[in-house]
Amino acid sequence: MTAPTGITRVTLLKDLRLEWRSKDAINSMLFFSLLVVIVFSFSFDPTAEESRQIAGGLIWVAFLFAAVVALNQTWARELRNQVLDAYRVSPAPANSLFIAKTLGNFILVSVLEALMTPLFIVLYRLRALGPVWQLLLVAVLGTWALVVNGTFFAAMSIRTRSREIMLPLLLFPISLPALLAMVWATTAILNGEGARVWMALLVSYDLVFTTVCLLLFETVLNAE
Amino acid sequence: MNGNPYLFAAYAVTWIIHIAYLGTIVRRYTRLRGEIEQLKKPGVRSSGNSD
Amino acid sequence: MKKTFPILGVLTAVLLIYALYQGLVVAPTERTMGDVQRIFYYHVPSAWTAFILFFINFGASVVYLIKRNPAADIVALVCAEVGVVFCTVVLITGPIWARPVWGIWWTWDMRLTSTLVLWLIYVSYLFLRRFSSGGQTPTLAAALAVLGALCVPFVYFSIWFFRTQHPQPVMGGGGSIDPRMLHALLINWLAFSCFAFLVCWSRYRLEKLQREVDQAHAMQSLLDPSGSVR
Repeated sequence: MTAPTGITRVTLLKDLRLEWRSKDAINSMLFFSLLVVIVFSFSFDPTAEESRQIAGGLIWVAFLFAAVVALNQTWARELRNQVLDAYRVSPAPANSLFIAKTLGNFILVSVLEALMTPLFIVLYRLRALGPVWQLLLVAVLGTWALVVNGTFFAAMSIRTRSREIMLPLLLFPISLPALLAMVWATTAILNGEGARVWMALLVSYDLVFTTVCLLLFETVLNAE
Repeated sequence: MNGNPYLFAAYAVTWIIHIAYLGTIVRRYTRLRGEIEQLKKPGVRSSGNSD
Repeated sequence: MKKTFPILGVLTAVLLIYALYQGLVVAPTERTMGDVQRIFYYHVPSAWTAFILFFINFGASVVYLIKRNPAADIVALVCAEVGVVFCTVVLITGPIWARPVWGIWWTWDMRLTSTLVLWLIYVSYLFLRRFSSGGQTPTLAAALAVLGALCVPFVYFSIWFFRTQHPQPVMGGGGSIDPRMLHALLINWLAFSCFAFLVCWSRYRLEKLQREVDQAHAMQSLLDPSGSVR
């Protein structure tokens, strides 16, 4: 059992180190996230009361765009250096690579979200009526849903034509139920209502899709 | 039968869509049939075709 | 062309005409909506046919992932494509029905919304097939089909739950259905299923021919010694 987790840890640390060193990529993503928040603020200028109704949707759409930008570039580096071919011929289980990539993306997207959230709170004068820990839970579950499918589809899209557009084309339709849950759970919690069913939906969605992505990743990686 | 325009539109659109799709199938099929006849002839260079 | 195809074609055409007669003449006029309700006899069978085709796509994709059988791959492609065609019909006849009845073209009604998401998922499947390169396409597409199919229960549940929180009138009405209407509905469904089968069969043959031609091209470029520069 140590070998797969060892590989996962090594790959994950490598990715995080690379991200940290190549500040270009992360800086541009941060700036992009900032721009998204500001563009939304310009476009939608609700009162404090209204904003609690629509903030859930706005925030998650902004997170979705930031996630797509992050996901698109994480596999590109592997492809450039033919790392994928190396993985394919090595005895390392493909799942370790997938988990490492997904965790790396999850951390990256969470960092972006952590930076965008205070901006949203300030610009929309948001105040949560429900417990904040629930909002954090929805954020974690929702981000995982986007990232696990996103990493899987990014691996699929890198060998297609027009790979940057393929990722959102594949990701958005399948993410719609999760997106519905994320948005309405957030809205419910912001308004002090219960979000139990939405959260249960997110948990089951995460479980099902993580399992299936793990099962199918090796097949996708080796597709030729 | 009746004079309801929406009813007519719905039924018409259904068949327009189906016939259009069948049309693309027939068109591609006849074109491919032609191509495969060409290819079977000896010494004919294939023209690069992508769809 | 095999002989069975034209025979089935004629039988299907007859069945479709009979179904049309059932839907437009025999079935009684609905009390509240009037004759517009007869769109139901095309809208609902198209939806059921699309769902069945998507389900077959799922089955064929699983078979492909297990056995790597090219025929399974073609079945998956064909069912997705024809399914999208039928789904498009549903999404267009739906608003045409909604407009005179509810006064609006679109409503995030449970059935329409779920059908829309299904359409989006399978259109994205078709895009993947088109944009990925030769060898990997069947495997990638099959993986996507499995994910898409697993998504379906989530789609239905999430939209259903959303609607219970934000209720809206349901299009198409609920409640019991007059037996003559049910009869017309089932006849139309049978007719469209036969039609779908024939369309799938044609598309299957087209795809086989396409692959033959592609292979022939590939063989020629391998065997052609006089260096046709590409």
